[in-house]
Amino acid sequence: MCLAVPAKVIDIPAPDQALVEVGGVRSQVSLALVDDVGVGDYVIVHVGHAIGRLDVEEAEKTLALFRQIAETIGLDANALH
Amino acid sequence: MRFINEFRDGAVATAISRALYDEVDRNRDYFLMEFCGGHTHAVFRHGLPDLLPENIRLVHGPGCPVCVLPVARLDLAIELTLRDDVVLASYGDMLRVPGSRKRSLLKARADGRDVHIIQSTAEALALARENPQRQVVLFAIGFETTTPPTALAIVEAARLKLENFSVYCNHVLTPSAIQSILDAPEVRDLGQVRVDGFIGPSHVSTVIGSRPYEFFAEEYQRPVVIAGFEPLDVLAAIRMLVRQLNEGRAEVENQFTRGVTRYGNRKAQELVAEVFELRPEFEWRGLGKVPYSGLRIKGRYAAFDAERRFELIEKPVGENKACQCPAIIRGVKTPSDCPIFGTVCTPRNPIGSCMVSNEGACAAYYRYRNHAQATA
Repeated sequence: MCLAVPAKVIDIPAPDQALVEVGGVRSQVSLALVDDVGVGDYVIVHVGHAIGRLDVEEAEKTLALFRQIAETIGLDANALH
Repeated sequence: MRFINEFRDGAVATAISRALYDEVDRNRDYFLMEFCGGHTHAVFRHGLPDLLPENIRLVHGPGCPVCVLPVARLDLAIELTLRDDVVLASYGDMLRVPGSRKRSLLKARADGRDVHIIQSTAEALALARENPQRQVVLFAIGFETTTPPTALAIVEAARLKLENFSVYCNHVLTPSAIQSILDAPEVRDLGQVRVDGFIGPSHVSTVIGSRPYEFFAEEYQRPVVIAGFEPLDVLAAIRMLVRQLNEGRAEVENQFTRGVTRYGNRKAQELVAEVFELRPEFEWRGLGKVPYSGLRIKGRYAAFDAERRFELIEKPVGENKACQCPAIIRGVKTPSDCPIFGTVCTPRNPIGSCMVSNEGACAAYYRYRNHAQATA
């Protein structure tokens, strides 16, 4: 029930409505619970509603940290490049 | 899928695993509770136990809304479907959960009762608008992640002056459940359950923020690390907990910075506060009556409260005595301790809610661990 997915906003056809995409699948979600979301932003979608924004900068920081951990032990993090 | 696949990289998982082996103190155990069923499933689906040093023990928590809903509350939803004027709108997770006397919403539907599976509260509102002669009841369950969309539906129904829409509210609160676990005699006195730290919820925290956990960390001296639901998130959070415990710290840390801030989603919080208020107590399967742990609809939205509209009153029910769900929800037992796990009780024929839900511990063990145990 608490699972939510990061989705990219493709279009905002009406106020508080967005067309989003996850892995090539598009669907309509409500933006009524979040403010200032624009096309190209990522949102966290749960039961048809964006419940928060996905902070792309923070995501990249976490991934950079992961890359650093992998490099310190000499492993190549394939999916991260 | 961007922001999903990168957090499942095998090489990084190996690297964090090696770092963990280097950092753990061999002279102690680390009992870490993953509160959410979503984390329990991520742990088993991605084989994380194989990457963890043996002295890191994961204790499965009660964060599965389907699992913690008492049978008496489910029975009321099943009874509602017996009314000819009612259309029940429910998330799919609830349909196969066994009620008392072997009833379920799925069986009610097979008997011709009107049960609609919805994926969004907006669909329940649409049902009400399309069927003005019927009473549409939204069977609302879930933690703080799921509550704001329910609140939105009620506000929208009020705006549209819908007279045939109501909500059967079973929303519950995460911090109260964590406190209930820490106050439970099994944890406090008997030492049956040891919890040294918590892997904190992802999307619940997107809504409520990291601040509500600061009280537990401080008051009960247990570190909390909020973690994303992907396997690397969970591993990284475990490493952060190990470091805190090694250093004798008990703080709230946030591994899921891409989705959680300290204050959470204030717009969603304000909407929830507009529509809902605390119940003095709410019954949880496994935890019993927990004070101030559930929400009900405020008086100003009483017209949309299905409990008032249909005068729903809970009736006491007996639980299946063999089913160990209540003890599993408390973390006292694991699914393998249950005498009917995987024999009488399977996902096709579930006896307890923990076997039904995609967040239930029994479903996780059955789906991902059965093979490992059978070949062990």
